[in-house]
Amino acid sequence: MSFLRRKLDELKRPFAKGQKWEKYAPAINAFDTFLFVPNHTTHTGAHIRDAVDLKRTMVTVIIALMPALIYGIYNTGYQYYTQTGEAFTFLDAFIHGSWKIVPMIIVSYVVGLTIEFIFAVYRGHEVNEGYLVTGLLIPMIMPVDIPLWMVAISVAFAVLIAKEAFGGTGMNILNPALTARAFAFFAYPTYMSGNKVWVSEASTIDGVSGETILGTLAAGGNVNYSFFEMFQGSIPGSIAETSALFVVIGALILIATGVGSWRIMIGSVLGAAFVGFLFNLWGANALMSFSWVNHLVVGGFAFGVVFMATDPVSAAQTNKGKWVYGILVGVFCILIRVFNPAYPEGVMLAILLMNVFAPTIDHYVVQGNISKRKKRWANALKTT
Amino acid sequence: MSAGIRIHRGASINLKGQAEKILSDASPSKTFALKPDNFFGTLPSLMVKEGEKIAEGAPVFHVKKDPRIVFVSPVSGLVKEVRRGAKRKILKIIIEKDEGEKLSHKIPAFKSLDKKSVTDILLKTGAWPFIKQRPYGVMADPDVIPKSIYISTYASAPLDVDFEFLLKNHKEDFQKGIDVLNFLVDDPVSLSVDATFSGFFQNIKGVDLLPIKGPHPAGNVSVQIHKNNPLNMGEKVWEVRPEDVVNIGKLFSSGQFSAQRTVAVAGESVLQPQYVKTTIGAQISSITDISGFDNTQQNRFINGDVLTGKAEASDGHLDFYNNLFTIIPEGNHYRMFGWLPFMDNKIPSLSKTSLSWLMGNQGYSVDTNMNGEERAFVVTGEMEKVFPMDIYPMQLLKACMAGDIEKMEALGIYEVIPEDFGLIDYANTSKIEAQEIIREGIELMIKEVG
Repeated sequence: MSFLRRKLDELKRPFAKGQKWEKYAPAINAFDTFLFVPNHTTHTGAHIRDAVDLKRTMVTVIIALMPALIYGIYNTGYQYYTQTGEAFTFLDAFIHGSWKIVPMIIVSYVVGLTIEFIFAVYRGHEVNEGYLVTGLLIPMIMPVDIPLWMVAISVAFAVLIAKEAFGGTGMNILNPALTARAFAFFAYPTYMSGNKVWVSEASTIDGVSGETILGTLAAGGNVNYSFFEMFQGSIPGSIAETSALFVVIGALILIATGVGSWRIMIGSVLGAAFVGFLFNLWGANALMSFSWVNHLVVGGFAFGVVFMATDPVSAAQTNKGKWVYGILVGVFCILIRVFNPAYPEGVMLAILLMNVFAPTIDHYVVQGNISKRKKRWANALKTT
Repeated sequence: MSAGIRIHRGASINLKGQAEKILSDASPSKTFALKPDNFFGTLPSLMVKEGEKIAEGAPVFHVKKDPRIVFVSPVSGLVKEVRRGAKRKILKIIIEKDEGEKLSHKIPAFKSLDKKSVTDILLKTGAWPFIKQRPYGVMADPDVIPKSIYISTYASAPLDVDFEFLLKNHKEDFQKGIDVLNFLVDDPVSLSVDATFSGFFQNIKGVDLLPIKGPHPAGNVSVQIHKNNPLNMGEKVWEVRPEDVVNIGKLFSSGQFSAQRTVAVAGESVLQPQYVKTTIGAQISSITDISGFDNTQQNRFINGDVLTGKAEASDGHLDFYNNLFTIIPEGNHYRMFGWLPFMDNKIPSLSKTSLSWLMGNQGYSVDTNMNGEERAFVVTGEMEKVFPMDIYPMQLLKACMAGDIEKMEALGIYEVIPEDFGLIDYANTSKIEAQEIIREGIELMIKEVG
């Protein structure tokens, strides 16, 4: 350890204050702090600090994403081999999926982190860790066959327009990963929807029925999957969102470590279940009669609610606000699914919509606190 | 007696090095110091020159805006040095002690006292600075009648003192101080005590006893005011620390300014953590001579507790108010992959990304490492967990950063002082310097609103 430390200190010397590469210090610091928690001591304020920092928080989210990612990689291969009818093992499926997905992750990280580094150097602040999560989320919510250059452009759009334009990490209004997906969705619709994009290489194989469940429903078709298949996730869909089971494992990690807001997650499930149940009672068409329980496990609902709606920057920030925000994400998700068959999956737009309204929700919550205080002041004036 | 206050949100961090209940005398201190920075919001006007000889209790400087409020020398001696910093700001006035005279004041018979005479005596003798005023935690304004006076004997900060032990030899003076303070308010002063054991405080007369239960920051006067009878715009509330009540009591018995200070020397670096009897502004060495400290390593010397105290050099002096002096190791070391969840669980953490909650039975070891770097606000909801007031801490911090006075006012800036954000400094993921932001916000309020 001390050898590595010495080497790093040597390497960092030209980046020190007053040296020739001082401007690029954030770049080298990012690598250094990845290996070591720095030796910085407290200078103002409290003399002792908690062990938690933003790196640890973000890494916890990445750990929570792993079950869904690994299953997503396997499912990519599984969908491919079951459609082609070839015999396959778990390893075959996993390797097939890896060849598809690992390059997407690499592209996402390289493009996104390059932009982050440039902005950190340009603005003279340290590289924030937020992109470690965003950069993994973006490939996980894309269709498997999306060309890599589209991933790159979506990432660049998300980081530049959704994040850095607003001032960087902590300042963005919209969830950057969902912005990337929304960008791809509207810019390249043929690669992002339909029945040919959800199964690996579906467009080159004849006779593939790679429609998602929500897509089938929106088109008025019949769903041939059982509840267990939907829950376990052996269905076509975006890469890592198909398995509610593994998303729930991730959710438990986030809740147990206190990193993800259970208020938002539970609020969303309640909101979606309630609206889904109302539509079941109405039951005017196949979409409306689609059981509310199934609504919770198909499509990206579970993934979106657990990993995207809970992004603390773009979600509501007050505890009361989180309930309202969560419930409305659930409500709008089902509303969009049922009433707008042009967008079979509603969770992306529901979360982006609520991202926009989150500051308004917080405003009213905080305003409630302010009115209470002002009322108290007025009462005090009256009595004296 | 009030119904009492029960605090739920907060955290008591159990550190190694709690002071044992042994009371020793400090070794003699050659020099004593007064630091204008100990009196928040005070611009000092010097009343002595370097090389001048002064008596114990003689004024050293006064508040520039209000010459009635004087700060007096805790000892008799020679003004050895007026240490200045940037822009000639006075940092320290150092007085070399000798066996010179002691100023004595004539105190009228207790029965003939009233608010005006008590105020005059406190001002003239230099005991007025024992009283601090909310909002902002500044020197009290002698011309107002406060809504109430709070004395908190419930100390909840890490390694904090036990006032029941610290004051056990001064029960009469404490009672006398309370009686004097009662001249300054209409309602009896509020005396906050530990709800589980209030000791001799229970028998103090002329007070509104306020039993407190719960984790830090329950001992902070802001929290107690907020829960008991919150401060409204335009109102003033005063605060006196328990030992200063004794000092005021002694003044009214003897006619002489009392600068008694009992300090608990605590922290993991201290060899024999204990209580030491000394005087305001004494040299640090006069107390560390008694308690000892581990000098094989670099240490942080803190006037106060680890959350809100001020760093001091080992050859420096005690501050004016604090009863706690903490010494902990410096933390200028690297931790490989320390940012991984569930790494280095020996560091106390309120986050569930650490297993430190399993390790705290014997008390935690801490050092001054930042355990990360400062980042933008990202994580939400964590500040509220350690902030028991009905105030949105993150929103208030943002209002302070933006310098939006109207918003700061509406969000409750009048009800807080920087120390209330000590736990937020400690616990927040982004390593935001919350106390500093609030301090700057309050300074802006004083400048713009007054």
